[in-house]
Amino acid sequence: MNLHRPAIGVSERERCGLCRRVEPPFARAAAYGSYESGLRELIHLLKFGGVRPAAKWILAEGADACKMQRSIPLEKAMNDILVAYGQNGEALRPEQGYPLRLLIPGWEGNASVKWLRRIKLIEEPYMVRDETSKYTDLMPDGTARQFTFVMDAKSVVTFPSAGQKLPGPGFYEITGLAWTGRGRVERVEISTGSGANWQRAELQEPRFPLAFTRFRFTWRWDGHEAVIASRATDETGYVQPSKDELIAARGVRSDYHYNGVRPWKVMADGRVANV
Amino acid sequence: MCSDRHEIFLRLDAGRPAITVVLVLLACVGLCAQSGKYGLGRTPTPEEIRGMDITIPPDGTGLPPGHGTAAEGREIYERRCSRCHGHKGEGGDEPKQSPLVGGKASLKTPKPLKTVGSYWPYATTVWDYTRRAMPFDKPGTLTTNQVYSVVAFVLYMNGIVGENTVLDASSLPQIKMPNREGFVPDPRPDTGPKPSARKKLNRER
Repeated sequence: MNLHRPAIGVSERERCGLCRRVEPPFARAAAYGSYESGLRELIHLLKFGGVRPAAKWILAEGADACKMQRSIPLEKAMNDILVAYGQNGEALRPEQGYPLRLLIPGWEGNASVKWLRRIKLIEEPYMVRDETSKYTDLMPDGTARQFTFVMDAKSVVTFPSAGQKLPGPGFYEITGLAWTGRGRVERVEISTGSGANWQRAELQEPRFPLAFTRFRFTWRWDGHEAVIASRATDETGYVQPSKDELIAARGVRSDYHYNGVRPWKVMADGRVANV
Repeated sequence: MCSDRHEIFLRLDAGRPAITVVLVLLACVGLCAQSGKYGLGRTPTPEEIRGMDITIPPDGTGLPPGHGTAAEGREIYERRCSRCHGHKGEGGDEPKQSPLVGGKASLKTPKPLKTVGSYWPYATTVWDYTRRAMPFDKPGTLTTNQVYSVVAFVLYMNGIVGENTVLDASSLPQIKMPNREGFVPDPRPDTGPKPSARKKLNRER
């Protein structure tokens, strides 16, 4: 596809909203993929087709078996939504949406429609299945939050993490990834004391908005059982909440946008497991 | 041929090995001019547009002619749907998968059950999803009347329509689903300090 516009390169990753239903380590971070090339801004496609003032949303639809679709505010589409045809120097892989997909920086991954076949400009959201019966968060009072698009700050320790084993006491570099749907990651703190004594980790520069930020923290393991966790703060000052804070705010039926602190337990024999 | 439609269609040409996306731009006046400018795309035929422009919004725009009742849908449901959704919409094998029925007044209890009856806010969404994605093994194979009928049967099992209520393009959007008012906008941030206090906190840290 050549719209006489240069392709752009960005570092971006997609976050699935369903953080706890998939297996570690990366899926647990609800993030995967890094697009380095083969992107264009959707705004050019939309301007190419022409946008009438009445249009306030777009409907994006895929060519998969269920023709998966989402309604997306036009404001976001005219801002930074990307149309991707390549990833990491090659064409999109089939499972990533070949030949074309949307990529919506900072938003729940479900809205980044794969196998894109159609974009329709609409005035109101079409209330499709994946924005009503799915991807809505049920609150304890029986209401459900709808159109929760932005993924709040989150982080996960990738080493040591569940399934790995530390050979013995000594110095280790705790490392992991942090991200936020609202600008840059500003700070990551590490606790090796069951959610107490948070200490600042080092962030790898440069830090880009809406992109992974790697963090590192030197830790001396004394060989006793330990619980390690990371906590991200973004440039808006938002602090990644604990699981208990999220439950207090949303109850236990709100899975789709879960971004709670994810601790790992290091056992005395060095094995690392879920808490 | 310039229609009043306002869409961009991306035709995926599966027969070519490389990325060969033919940009099919729906015609409007400005758009035709643009197509000429870039030398891209072509005007899709009305048949192509009809074949892809399938999403049904809450006001029912685009619902095709046809009709069906729960009584007519019962047999289709049993044959095409019950294996996954259960004979009475209770869901398939344990653990219960894809229940369609039940959960009335359960949403604020510790064990909420989200079904078409208890959770889905629009009947048009049920129709849209049934036509585009069901049955799971052969999506898109139900006839229009079968879709109206089987949707009527699912709504009937939930006590939302009568057994002989005729669903069609005018009656379906009129249905008021029990959880129609159950959805609220995203009120985040709902944890941590309020946004006004954050910048200050950030400075202090």
